[in-house]
Amino acid sequence: MIVIYLLIPLGIVTAAIFLAGFIWAVRSGQYEDTCTPALRPLIEDNPKNHKKANE
Amino acid sequence: MNVNPAPVIAFAPELDCASVIGDSPICYHCGEICRDGALLSHHKSFCCAGCVAVFELLTENGLDQFYSFEAGAGVKITAAAEAAAFKYLDDPVVRRQLVDFAGERVTRVTFRVPAVHCIACVWLLENLFQLKPGIGHSRVNFPRKEVFISFENARVKLSEVAQLLAALGYEPELNLADTAERPRNPVSRRLWLQLGVAGFAFGNIMLMSISSYLGLDAFSGPGLRKLFGWMSLALALPALVYSGADYWRAAWLACRRRAFSIDVPIAAGLAALAGWSAGDVVTGRGPGYCDSLSGLLFFLLCGRMFQQKTYDRLAFDRDYKSFFPLSILRQNGRNQERIPLSQLRVGDRLVIRNGELIPADARLVSGPAMIDYSFVTGESEPARKSAGDHIYAGGRQTGGAITVETVKEVSQSYLTSLWNRETPAREKKASLDTLTNRYSRRFTLLVLAVAAGAALFWSWRDASRALPAFVSVLIVACPCALALAAPFALGTAQRLLARRQIFLKNPSVVEALARVDTVVFDKTGTLTASGAGVAAFWGQPLAEEEMSCIRSLAQHSTHPCAARIAESIEGEHLARPVRSFSETAGCGMEGLVDGRDIWIGSAAWLESRHLAAPSPPGTTGSLAHVAINGKYRGCYTLTHALRPRAGDVLRQLSAHYELALLSGDNERERERFAALFGPSGQLHFNQSPLHKLEFIRQLQAPGRKVMMVGDGLNDAGALQQSEVGVAVVESMGAFSPASDVIMPASMVPRLHEVLRFAKSSVRVVQISLLISTLYNIAGLSIAARGLLSPVVCAILMPLSSVSVVAFACGLTARLAGRMDSNTIPQGKAIP
Repeated sequence: MIVIYLLIPLGIVTAAIFLAGFIWAVRSGQYEDTCTPALRPLIEDNPKNHKKANE
Repeated sequence: MNVNPAPVIAFAPELDCASVIGDSPICYHCGEICRDGALLSHHKSFCCAGCVAVFELLTENGLDQFYSFEAGAGVKITAAAEAAAFKYLDDPVVRRQLVDFAGERVTRVTFRVPAVHCIACVWLLENLFQLKPGIGHSRVNFPRKEVFISFENARVKLSEVAQLLAALGYEPELNLADTAERPRNPVSRRLWLQLGVAGFAFGNIMLMSISSYLGLDAFSGPGLRKLFGWMSLALALPALVYSGADYWRAAWLACRRRAFSIDVPIAAGLAALAGWSAGDVVTGRGPGYCDSLSGLLFFLLCGRMFQQKTYDRLAFDRDYKSFFPLSILRQNGRNQERIPLSQLRVGDRLVIRNGELIPADARLVSGPAMIDYSFVTGESEPARKSAGDHIYAGGRQTGGAITVETVKEVSQSYLTSLWNRETPAREKKASLDTLTNRYSRRFTLLVLAVAAGAALFWSWRDASRALPAFVSVLIVACPCALALAAPFALGTAQRLLARRQIFLKNPSVVEALARVDTVVFDKTGTLTASGAGVAAFWGQPLAEEEMSCIRSLAQHSTHPCAARIAESIEGEHLARPVRSFSETAGCGMEGLVDGRDIWIGSAAWLESRHLAAPSPPGTTGSLAHVAINGKYRGCYTLTHALRPRAGDVLRQLSAHYELALLSGDNERERERFAALFGPSGQLHFNQSPLHKLEFIRQLQAPGRKVMMVGDGLNDAGALQQSEVGVAVVESMGAFSPASDVIMPASMVPRLHEVLRFAKSSVRVVQISLLISTLYNIAGLSIAARGLLSPVVCAILMPLSSVSVVAFACGLTARLAGRMDSNTIPQGKAIP
């Protein structure tokens, strides 16, 4: 059962990483607009525009 | 990477066949029919020079992909934006108030762009950087119709950004409210974080507590149990401090004001749980109640989140500032300059053009003015003013440009001062007196009494059990289910109403709706459709030819009455040429059509030309008299059309509510409404905004709960003063004054069902409160005996919460379903 002393902190650390991810997501405003990001994948990338943007 | 050139469909040599409907081609940019003939450019047809300009701008910059999303996705360019129109944005004061962030190098700004309507708009606005060097990142928030833009100060000015948006057809909406302080960090962001932290603590503590529920820790020895205890406490601490922060603050405030809101027993329960758990863990007595503590916080915050539903598109708190422009055209000697409204001084001369608003009380200097006060006073007819007359702020000029001289500051003007006075009263009204809080006042005292009683009882019988009993009572009485019942039941009601196009400011409005006993209606725009009137002819019958001529003449005028007369003449009529047309504002118009000299105007105007104009007997509404070749022929009567089924809703409401009508219009239609409102209904005409406000106050004095249903700024004071202000709008997203409820005019006939639904929703809350009280009594009977173990607590708390929430949401949804099934047969019965 000694392994549990390793597993429990490991589990907590993993969960803490997800919590940090969640905090980052909230801070960066991802929860404020849940509609527009869903539209963006529908926009096809035009290679011509891409070239221009990278210039 | 695939770098095939995109197929250049945009430059196909022949005209696109799909872009022609009937004979008229469709504009390639905005998709509207080209009425005045099409302009051709690049083998495409366009409706106006503005659309051509946008098309060329986009294709030159390689953004013609815009047109591949949707045919005719563009926004029609209604008015060519002048280059100087946005200059005032570069004024340091205005600029500082508008931008989100102003750095040395980069500035970030958020504009409201109501024209955004499709995916192509999103794409174009997020590719602004390709149109103007210096613009960096831009991002669209589609539901809010906002665009967030960052740009380099050295290369682009704020005015140029706004100018670019306007040139593309996405003119940013700028009004006086933008200069007011906006809350920087929205509450919801903080709530999400609190919820996240509480959820993190809850999940992990549960993981460790499961073993002790199942009795498995007996096998692992005391070492592990101790570790779990300490870790649970460590996890619960951030949840307690950060996630519970709002409860601590609210409870502290409530205690100081001696108002025992629901937050007091919650905070007491949380404190008892935390204190007892810490004691348990530190002394090694047991595992503590950290699981219940974090679970409680998590559930409470879920309830808060559910309650937070807002409708981004709608603004419930607009005041006059959102109605007033941000800038104004000032006459400066011979020059005209656009200045921010905040720099307007008494004595300035302003140029007000057609459709523009007069921002401060002023004196008319030049030009015959026709001021449309319909939004301010509810009068449907524009008022005629001549040089020297006083004009109140809030009126809109219709017709040519006029010059006015301001006599008062913007904030001191008649209307604005009306609102300024009312705002503090509004804040106080904000939902302290909710059902839950009234209930919890008694509940809190009861809990404290039981806790003290249990402690006293045990200190007499067995002193060692006194403290545990006292703490357990506080823990078990922590009214989680009680706190969740109202948010979930009323929140569900709010969402279900929103699905039926009725938007509430927040869930507590449902409670206010249920308490209403008096309903006050505005007339124009609420019970009658604003603008749309029925014109009926009375007098000598007119020949087909003559009607056609009248129609052609009426079409020459922009006066609302003329428009209605033209609409009322049905059938196919060719527009006939009108010669020597002249219009005397507020009096009438004349013109030669097919050799007929036609006069249309008021009785006084015809009498000044020595023609008697008799009024038809028993008319309501305004009259427009007609004379052809110097002979009186009759008149058009213009009545406001009652909204469909408005009579029904009044009849239904009058059975349970006191009704009243307030109108800014004159008494012409009194009899018609007296019949509709019944004998007990109060009818008041010629009401100014201040009169309306006073009337509501008088109703409230003996304790009546008033619901005001109105549509314009003239009702704004009354809407704020009433318990529930309902703003009726023609279309969602159209301007509405500050209110608690926004609903489309088409839902007005269902008002009585909405009120009934609100009442039954509140009954659901009452039953839920009863159920949660039963849970609390069961818990108390265990706790008062000092027998509360962590397991019992961990089961009882979520069980009571979840069952109450499920009951509240389920029953409310069923009630809403019943509301619909009640109306469908009715709707069928009326063709």
